[in-house]
Amino acid sequence: MGKALLEVKGLRVAVAGIEILKGVDLTIREGEVHAIMGPNGSGKSTLAQVLAGHPAYTVLAGSVTYDGKDLLAMAPEERAREGVFLAFQYPVEVRGITNSYFLRSALNAIRKHRGLPELDPIDFLQFLEQKLKAIGWDDSMMNRPVNEGFSGGEKKRNEILQLAVLEPRLAILDETDSGLDIDALKTVAETVNRLRNPDRSFLIVTHYQRLLDYITPDVVRVLADGRIVKSGGPELAHELEAKGYDWLRDGAMVS
Amino acid sequence: MMAAQTGSVERLVGAYHAWAKNGASRAPAWLKDLRDGGIARFGALGFPTMKQEAWRFTSVAAIAETAFELAHPASRIPHPAQIEPFLLGDAAPHRLVFVNGFFSPELSSVAGFPAGVRVESLAQALVASPDLVRPHLCKYAAFQDRPFAALNTAFVRDGAFVHVPAKSAVQEPIQLLFLAAPAQDGDKRVVAHPRNLVVIEREARATVVETYASLEQNTYWTNAVTEIVVGDGARVDYHRVQRESGRACHVAATETHQGRDSTVNLHAVAFGGALSRHDLRSVMAGPGGTLILNGLYLLAGEQHADHHTTIEHAAPHCASHEYFNGVLDGRSRGVFTGRIIVRPGAQKTDSKQTNNNLLLSADAHADSQPQLEIYADDVKCTHGSTVGPLDPRALFYLRSRGLGEREARRLLTYGFGAEILGRMEIAPLRAQLDRIVRGRLAET
Repeated sequence: MGKALLEVKGLRVAVAGIEILKGVDLTIREGEVHAIMGPNGSGKSTLAQVLAGHPAYTVLAGSVTYDGKDLLAMAPEERAREGVFLAFQYPVEVRGITNSYFLRSALNAIRKHRGLPELDPIDFLQFLEQKLKAIGWDDSMMNRPVNEGFSGGEKKRNEILQLAVLEPRLAILDETDSGLDIDALKTVAETVNRLRNPDRSFLIVTHYQRLLDYITPDVVRVLADGRIVKSGGPELAHELEAKGYDWLRDGAMVS
Repeated sequence: MMAAQTGSVERLVGAYHAWAKNGASRAPAWLKDLRDGGIARFGALGFPTMKQEAWRFTSVAAIAETAFELAHPASRIPHPAQIEPFLLGDAAPHRLVFVNGFFSPELSSVAGFPAGVRVESLAQALVASPDLVRPHLCKYAAFQDRPFAALNTAFVRDGAFVHVPAKSAVQEPIQLLFLAAPAQDGDKRVVAHPRNLVVIEREARATVVETYASLEQNTYWTNAVTEIVVGDGARVDYHRVQRESGRACHVAATETHQGRDSTVNLHAVAFGGALSRHDLRSVMAGPGGTLILNGLYLLAGEQHADHHTTIEHAAPHCASHEYFNGVLDGRSRGVFTGRIIVRPGAQKTDSKQTNNNLLLSADAHADSQPQLEIYADDVKCTHGSTVGPLDPRALFYLRSRGLGEREARRLLTYGFGAEILGRMEIAPLRAQLDRIVRGRLAET
């Protein structure tokens, strides 16, 4: 068993004065893929956003340790440079900045932090070519402004492309499967599978089980009303698909 | 204030009559009539006031209350090295250079054009080929209700004349550089009225860069009018760069008139001037025309820039796409008016307008007003405008990828400029303007 990369303990989080996460505990070890499932409004996306450092969320209690460091004390950019990556549920459009320019800026910020030399445009293109080749994609999105005029599926694919280039240690996928047709879903899942390695962990936030048909998680957790109400192996995802979430929600209220 | 303005109008009218008796007395009758009509109209209209709808947000007191005198030819020609920063190197070998509104043959370079192409000063053209000039001059830039265009018409004398005959193509960009030279008498403030006429005949093609720049940070006034006529099936890529002195006043009108199936890509960037007002009016007179109006204003300090655009769809099946971005810092103010008129019968018009204003400081201000007047029923017209600080969602997105907050802000701000500059096809011009944008951002 690898060492713990992320340890969340008793995490309580509020947004706009309303408590969303009411005490979350979870540990993700190096190389593991964890899925967080749950009904709408359960706090799944809040967990993803708070781990990335979104300023709108207030941490009320608890701790998050990442690679032995206090994650909550870091600015969003520090988390990114330390290897945390969030694939957004709703990727943001950035006018006037091409994907290629944006990615190079981000990669260089991370490389600088790691004491590596920054890449000039030519070196970056070579680096990018290798990355694209590794995931079997072409460069058609690179010279378009970031997410601008992209279809829903293209935006999600673009998040995965960024993941491939920035090589995080902890990749959080926030409902990356929503809005994808089945072909796009398979492409994204295949890419994620290629990016799995013993040093990289994934936290996959999803409402549906279908993404987990293609990415087999090590651990599945169910979040309901701000708490983790059930944990299990990949079979739990199938059970949820068959039975829905209601039986767990009721259970959570009883316990 | 009113008295000062009235006095100023009288002084300008007086200056006209003195000039008409003297320097301009040899002009042909048709040109004299034109000038007389211009000054009569200016005298009647006077300077615009903020009570007028078209001038609601812009006061011209800085012009009306300053005793600007008609510019004279500079006694010393600037050294070629001085104009180098405004040129485009080998990419644009053809250029007409004007100093204080007067053609400077020493600094200009016009050779190697296809047969029949004319690139010369308007003063030369009025003498050498009035038959090419007369059918177009002042036919598009209406001045009945526009005092500055009327005043420019009164002082029509010099500027650029570009004539590309049917089916000809000029490959390299033609640059028209208007340079303000320092006044010999330091206190004297001068006004120049450059007048440009660009005629691209049927199925012809040309690329033009019109630049206004200054050698020193002095106070002067430029009052320019450019008419661009584009024949059936012709294409022009027109770039207008306003980088006047930070203490200058710049008033201008750019008029395009398009024939059937023609293409106009008109780019306008404004970096300079304490006070600037640019009227852009495009008439799509023939069916099947395409127009891109692409603009950027980048302001700081106390700068005030007003862009007043009018696109008139007078024929069916035309497409116009208008994009204007503003980046405003300090206590600057940007004004954008986007008027779109779809005439009766201009069916299948496809018109899209966006104006996005980025406010970098709490004291910066932007006014954005779309004005749609649609008199046809089978058309597609959309418009959208934004005014505000950087999008916090975008800021978080960039930071979540490892960019520091300062760098993320700079990149997002830069994107407002890059989006507009990216539509220009001349790489060295894009690079030149990109350097200006980056330089400005480094100051913030």
